[in-house]
Amino acid sequence: MSVKLGVPSKGRLMEKTFDWFGARGVTLSRTGSEREYSGAVEGIDGLELVLLAAGEIPRELAAGRIHLGVTGSDLVREKLGDWQDKVLELEPLGFGHADLIIAVPKAWVDVTTLDDLDAVAAAFRAAHGFRLRIATKYHRLVRDYLREHGVADYQLVDSQGATEGTVKNETAEAIADITSTGETLRANHLKVLAGGPVHRSQATLFKSRSAPWTDETRALLARLKAQLGIDR
Amino acid sequence: MADPSAIRDEAARLVAFFEAKGARRVDPPVLLPAETLLDLYGEDIRARAYVTADPRYGEAMLRPDFTVPVVQMHMNAGDEAARYTYAGEVFRKPEGASRRPAEYIQVGFELFAGGASAEADAEVFALIAKALAPLGLRAATGDFGILKAAVSGLSTTEPRKRALMRHLWRPRRFRALLDRFAGRAPAPEGRAELLAKPDPTACVAPLVGLRTKAEIAARIAALREDAAAPPIPAAEVALLDDLLSLRETMANITEHLRDLAVDMPTIGPAVERLAARGQALAAHGVDIEALEFEGSYGRTALEYYDGFVFGFYAEGRPDLPPVATGGRYDALTRVLGRGHEIPAVGAVIRPELVLDQKERRA
Repeated sequence: MSVKLGVPSKGRLMEKTFDWFGARGVTLSRTGSEREYSGAVEGIDGLELVLLAAGEIPRELAAGRIHLGVTGSDLVREKLGDWQDKVLELEPLGFGHADLIIAVPKAWVDVTTLDDLDAVAAAFRAAHGFRLRIATKYHRLVRDYLREHGVADYQLVDSQGATEGTVKNETAEAIADITSTGETLRANHLKVLAGGPVHRSQATLFKSRSAPWTDETRALLARLKAQLGIDR
Repeated sequence: MADPSAIRDEAARLVAFFEAKGARRVDPPVLLPAETLLDLYGEDIRARAYVTADPRYGEAMLRPDFTVPVVQMHMNAGDEAARYTYAGEVFRKPEGASRRPAEYIQVGFELFAGGASAEADAEVFALIAKALAPLGLRAATGDFGILKAAVSGLSTTEPRKRALMRHLWRPRRFRALLDRFAGRAPAPEGRAELLAKPDPTACVAPLVGLRTKAEIAARIAALREDAAAPPIPAAEVALLDDLLSLRETMANITEHLRDLAVDMPTIGPAVERLAARGQALAAHGVDIEALEFEGSYGRTALEYYDGFVFGFYAEGRPDLPPVATGGRYDALTRVLGRGHEIPAVGAVIRPELVLDQKERRA
């Protein structure tokens, strides 16, 4: 029986993952045509490469259909409830950095912290008759974060893309999104709240807790970890 | 975990008990419009309730509790005094790593009545206590009326009191605000510089979104007023801390609170209401010598209660949810009644936990 490793099926995340494993003597590659999602592994026996959309890797890990997977730490936290019961973080891979932040209009000179956002939310609701809207696709992460910090009188509105534009379009008053450079924020006249991001994400190698871990697959994992220099 | 049909039998037994005490049985729907619940509880309810959508019906929630539909039913009927009972499933996403069921049966009793609140509070508590009497549960109580009176009596500005009152149910944010208003936490970085500017609202970036420049200017004015306001005196914060850390039996609590009221006169009327409730409870046969009162009781779990609050717990099993919880929720009827308000107090029992306790004792 082989150990299945899920890796993002395209783009920089795939290339960087291949580089990271390659630098440690495990060569991952795509085989066949550009459009055929199959892969090959050299440098260790018994490891099988499964190419998947990054957003589906958390679900596949939780279901135990893959043993290991590379995906953003933000996606695991967003998509899996009680994620620590389902997967184990084996190793942060040092790329794919992105912070999940909350941003408000730069012209809100009176708002720099979550305290301010909470106070403004109360006043906004009184003035406009509805809760201050925060556009995001990271519902769970943002809601948990705001609840932990005791922010009230807001609502999350779903935004699956062009989130920074929602404020200008008046479909939201604030946004919560992944930002790697901040340029899109500046271009849309938004600023990040002080006090650190909601979550600092990076590409991470996860281990499924529910995949079929037999003596054989466990031994293979031990060999793989030794080769990759992972001591968890 | 007890057998589902045994749980239903127990629920039916409890409903019959409440009907015999004058309650009318009601059966609210399972699918509730999400909007009402979101408006009441905010975004947090999405983390706890199951939301479902239909292209025509819109967003709906699987009933996370009975209180809201029962209050709506009552207020639409336009009746004054009434007693209701009900039994049925409620749906809550288990929180954290807990493996508690997401679907369980609740049996409830709700009393809508004007007039003396002490008598209504005591009637509901005594009724639940009687329904659960054979189980030897521990009961704990609290009183939001006293907390609210204490906050309203602080020597500080109305906006500060409103901010504290708004976060009574979020102890962490309440504490952070209190520290700031008492001068124990520094003002946010850059605040003094901002307020010192001749026109703080001036900004090179264009204003985007619905929030207007006038709203920003109003907040700046509020921040200026707040910066000029003296800190809440340390002695008052200490009294509030005393109040929040109180733990006493119902029989002894009145004396303690009357002592506190010498230095905090605004809690006086609320303390006398609590004293009247104690007498009413005793008159209903409740052993107030054994009944616990906690100054902070209910601050994290029971968000719509705003007066008397209580819960019944299995002794020595802090891992289990309470077997029953209840309290007064006048403010909820004010919100749902759109101007019309009727004092209300109610409680729910979880029959499967009743059965668990019966088995443990057998």
